[in-house]
Amino acid sequence: MGEKILMKGNEAIGEAAIRAGCRYYFGYPITPQSELTAYMAKKLLKMKNAAFIQAESEIAAINMVYGAAATGVRAMTSSSSPGISLKQEGISYIALAELPCVVVNMMRGGPGLGDIQPSQGDYFQATKGGGHGDYHLIVLAPSSVQELVDLTMDAFDLADKYRNPVMILGDGLLGQMMEAVEFKERPKVDLPDKGDWIITGCKDREPRHIVPFDLDPSVLEKWNYNLGEKYKKIKEKEVRYEAVNTENAELIIVAYGTVARIVKTVISNAKEEGINIGLIRPITLFPFPEKVINKTADNVKKFLVVEMSLGQMVEDVKLSVNGKAEVNFYGRAGGIIPSPEEILKEVKKCL
Amino acid sequence: MKKVFGRPVSLTDVPFTYCPGCHHGIAHRLVAEVLDEFGVRENTIGVCPVGCSVFAYLFFNCDMVCAAHGRAPAIATGIKRSRPDSIVFTYQGDGDLASIGTAEIVHAANRGENITVIFINNAIYGMTGGQMAPTTLAGQITQTSPYGRDPKTMGYPIRVSEMLSTLKGATYISRVALNKPANIIKAKKSIKKAFQVQLDRKGFSLVEILSSCPTNWGLSPVEASKWVEENMIPYYPLGEFRVPEEVA
Repeated sequence: MGEKILMKGNEAIGEAAIRAGCRYYFGYPITPQSELTAYMAKKLLKMKNAAFIQAESEIAAINMVYGAAATGVRAMTSSSSPGISLKQEGISYIALAELPCVVVNMMRGGPGLGDIQPSQGDYFQATKGGGHGDYHLIVLAPSSVQELVDLTMDAFDLADKYRNPVMILGDGLLGQMMEAVEFKERPKVDLPDKGDWIITGCKDREPRHIVPFDLDPSVLEKWNYNLGEKYKKIKEKEVRYEAVNTENAELIIVAYGTVARIVKTVISNAKEEGINIGLIRPITLFPFPEKVINKTADNVKKFLVVEMSLGQMVEDVKLSVNGKAEVNFYGRAGGIIPSPEEILKEVKKCL
Repeated sequence: MKKVFGRPVSLTDVPFTYCPGCHHGIAHRLVAEVLDEFGVRENTIGVCPVGCSVFAYLFFNCDMVCAAHGRAPAIATGIKRSRPDSIVFTYQGDGDLASIGTAEIVHAANRGENITVIFINNAIYGMTGGQMAPTTLAGQITQTSPYGRDPKTMGYPIRVSEMLSTLKGATYISRVALNKPANIIKAKKSIKKAFQVQLDRKGFSLVEILSSCPTNWGLSPVEASKWVEENMIPYYPLGEFRVPEEVA
């Protein structure tokens, strides 16, 4: 057992990234994730074979990640919603170039400059691509500071395993809160060798190119199909979720991240009133845990999706349920966090 | 028989995709000759842009990465920071570097990134068919300045080398041309100095190369070279704008 220490979410991500072997961080200040950038500066600027750059823009930061990842090192950038929009061009290129990297989004209220309060308004952007073209990120949705740590470490492994960008989709609340965390000893994971694709200079081999374009549509289509095959494999192998009290529940709430924490309080409050409800918490938003939701819909006929948005993940829940049960929605937007009381009120409305 | 002239090893045998009379081919060759002469081809990583030279990865016989439009200096930064012992260069046109990529080039120069930038200024967008570039001369007719570039509403042509020379982080900055043999020889020397600065880990180096675009200028190759002499060089004077003290 490792030692438990009290850490702020944003800083815990930084420490987890460094422990996962990330030595190259490129970022730009934006609330509510700036502590992560500052943490990486404090640590990486003192390390050898490492780089921290406060980039001139979010666009430059993601492209620095592109360059570093192309050489085979573990690289990361982080931001919050408006900054993540700026990174989308680079993320799209990285997706086709199939470069492993980690992008952290501590979401805040939008659209536009929005505000700096916690939100889940970037679900569509994170899970459906975000930039131009047919691609997906692997999207991990932590719900506690401990999970920020664990999933950040997993993110680097998943990125290397699939040569795919991975997004940590948190929010301002997770980034700003302090909780006790443990940096656990992790079993060694077998990951593919990067030696056959990284850009290192062509000594003793033919030159290599990392070129995310081809003007021949038959070539580009093939690349797209290859990406599609990869996403299929990710959907088969990497789905993660937490199921709480789903046996004999009258209603299942589907929620992720910060909202899922609140829903756990709602479950016990409801129990005191004799109402038996459960929770399915997607931990991977892409791949989405559609099978478990579909299976649960065989027995439970009412679902309530709660999000800090006008309703985005609810579309994936509806697709997963596929008409087998009633899917209701409750959301707060613009940086408002729903209270357990108002969620319980919604539960009662559905029953 | 002794071979007295051949293709540099740092160039592949893939035929250039450039138009007849375009100076990109000469610029590629000079860069390749310099890489050969320093013997660094196998330790070099190039970053090509979006524009006519988007295919440069096919022509340079070294590891290459293709950037998004304007972002080459940021990508080169990521590469160089993770592989400080590699030789890293970008090859960018005027739309790429002086328009959509102004933030990236200014800040890479300002940070003194130890990379070399080959900047092709032909006063026009070539790949997309002849639109106005930030370096298009006043009065010059392009698809998007059909009545001539009017600086009052379209801005003045940007002198990139002079602008970047104000930055303390920039170590070597020069402007050269390829319109006649004497200028080509000077250009080669300048490119060599730029890479020398990188090899010596002295910081950021950039060579702005005035180039022709006969196709989009609507001129013959010979006329285009003359146009560089008569119209571009007077506005974009050749020379070294920043030289490290030890090299000067």
